[in-house]
Amino acid sequence: MSAEPILDISGLTTVFRIGDREIAAVRDLSLSVATGETVALVGESGSGKSVTSLSIMGLLPRGIGRIAAGTLRLRRKSGETVELQNIGGEALRRVRGNDIGMVFQEPLTSLNPVYTIGEQIAEPIRIHLGKSHREALSDAIERLEDVGIPDPSRRAGQYPHELSGGMRQRATIAMALACNPTLLIADEPTTALDVTIQAQILDLLGRLQKERGMGMLFVTHNLGVVAEIADRVVVMYAGSVVEIGSVARVFSRPRHPYTQGLMRSVPRLGTATLLKEAGTPLPTIAGSVPSLMNLPQGCPFAPRCPHRLEACEQAYPPLADAGEDQFSRCIRWQEI
Amino acid sequence: MSHKFFLEVSELGKDFAPVAFGRGPVVRAVQNVSFNIRRGEVVGLVGESGSGKTTIGRMVAQLIEPTSGSIRFDGVETTSLTRRELRRMHARVQYIFQDPFASLSPRMTIGEILVEGLDIQRIGSKSERVAKAAQALASVDLPPDAISRYPHEFSGGQRQRIGIARALTLAPELIVADEPVSALDVSIQAQIVNLLRDLQMRLGLTMLFIAHDLAVVEYVADTVIVLYLGRIMEMAPSRELYASPQHPYTRALLSAVPSPDPSRHTARQILKGDIPSPANPPSGCVFRTRCPVAIEACAGAVPALREGAKGHFKACIRDDLD
Repeated sequence: MSAEPILDISGLTTVFRIGDREIAAVRDLSLSVATGETVALVGESGSGKSVTSLSIMGLLPRGIGRIAAGTLRLRRKSGETVELQNIGGEALRRVRGNDIGMVFQEPLTSLNPVYTIGEQIAEPIRIHLGKSHREALSDAIERLEDVGIPDPSRRAGQYPHELSGGMRQRATIAMALACNPTLLIADEPTTALDVTIQAQILDLLGRLQKERGMGMLFVTHNLGVVAEIADRVVVMYAGSVVEIGSVARVFSRPRHPYTQGLMRSVPRLGTATLLKEAGTPLPTIAGSVPSLMNLPQGCPFAPRCPHRLEACEQAYPPLADAGEDQFSRCIRWQEI
Repeated sequence: MSHKFFLEVSELGKDFAPVAFGRGPVVRAVQNVSFNIRRGEVVGLVGESGSGKTTIGRMVAQLIEPTSGSIRFDGVETTSLTRRELRRMHARVQYIFQDPFASLSPRMTIGEILVEGLDIQRIGSKSERVAKAAQALASVDLPPDAISRYPHEFSGGQRQRIGIARALTLAPELIVADEPVSALDVSIQAQIVNLLRDLQMRLGLTMLFIAHDLAVVEYVADTVIVLYLGRIMEMAPSRELYASPQHPYTRALLSAVPSPDPSRHTARQILKGDIPSPANPPSGCVFRTRCPVAIEACAGAVPALREGAKGHFKACIRDDLD
């Protein structure tokens, strides 16, 4: 792992209160994001990928979700390090939108319908950087230009409903970058977009990340998007990290049966015709994702795993070092 | 005279009236769309938002009426049916919806959901209806005890199986599957695609499979139609379309799909600009505003859908591209 990380999460466990029980939505997660690095957090529904990003941003639903254990260290623009799990209120607000930029899935819900695009981008600039209204607005127009919005000064005066889906997502990216954050958290930023627009936004995020040398944590369910944008990947399943490593290594030589199954079940252009003509079904992972309320003892993937042993059902496997910065939470990683 | 095609769609069009008290432009959702489906064939309809794929599916299933054009189902013109004839037609054409959470009533048991169509169509006795429901449930690999349970007790993938079982109880001849796997997780998607393909082959179903995901369509469809802003851009046998796409839009669409194979990373072609609004589509070729190879003539007239190689149609005037 390179240099000093911007974000360093160690042993994060986030729990949700359901009735009189507390359910772990994220279990003992450790990851780091370095300057200029893009780390993808990938998983299916209920894997805990979004809960992880909400934990970092301090946006867990109050009274329901809480960080039960772990440390989340963030290096701020000033060089000072804060532990996000310990701060709240005003201190957290000074970090969020300033040191951490955030982009979400649905641009229409992250933009306020009654303010112009320009005002919304200018707001964090005024608050965090202390600029005047006029200066902030001209900065906002510059940011709109950075994200490839044509005719930015006119667009700055428009309301969210006047923009297309792709333009709105560009505007939320401009807002996230308003204060030159060191870390950008993008939670499924292209999931609601059409594929030709997704290609534009991925290209834009990749370019901005390089130009600004930001760290980026990219949350997605799409393995194709991971291969497109990320340097390293963290694969999650039912609240646990099951595999972690460089995208090149994990995707070409996955060391966890879940990653292997996932890679095989992604429909690939060109190969489906061959399978169809051979009369072969598409590869799948049997069964479905277990409920967090009712996780199996031992390895959470064991009930669906083709390589399951008795030992898998008895103890929760540790994250094993598979060499070259690749780790797998599987006791059989060497054989599979 | 016997008819060659099971479903014949010709010059189909659908306009939607403006929403705000009759002000604003008419939305031209579908314009001049023609295609045929043979009995037992699966046709994939692919396109992005605003392409008109769902509108076409709904017209084919007679859930909405076309503004113009004709849909002949097994030789019968369906655009001028009486209510009674329409109800009978609904038993022969069934619809599978995208969202397995919104398309099943939370207050009905799975059994009630499955026999509802049979009740409406007055098919069989009560016990026969229940037997048909149980049979449909078995064909989608759900346990028999599911019949007395409620939708909330099932996962997304299981609910989609229930939606498929509901479509099967009436023994339909044509199924319109509207994005049946897009709301599902990757590992579940493949299970449902396999199930649909398996049922289609076993029961000899004719299917219109609507999706935005080109890779999902490839496995299921025999023929693929690529739509953009309410018009057909390209139509070809599936193998042909993926191996040698002819229309610049199809090429861009295929190139935009991110691949999980790190080795397969070639320079992607990224289309500029946004999809125009169907309320105000460009003149001439609707794709020309984003087309990397558009020329002046593209703005002049709507390009005809012409046949190049056998069965391979494209609506593009540029024949000089490789």
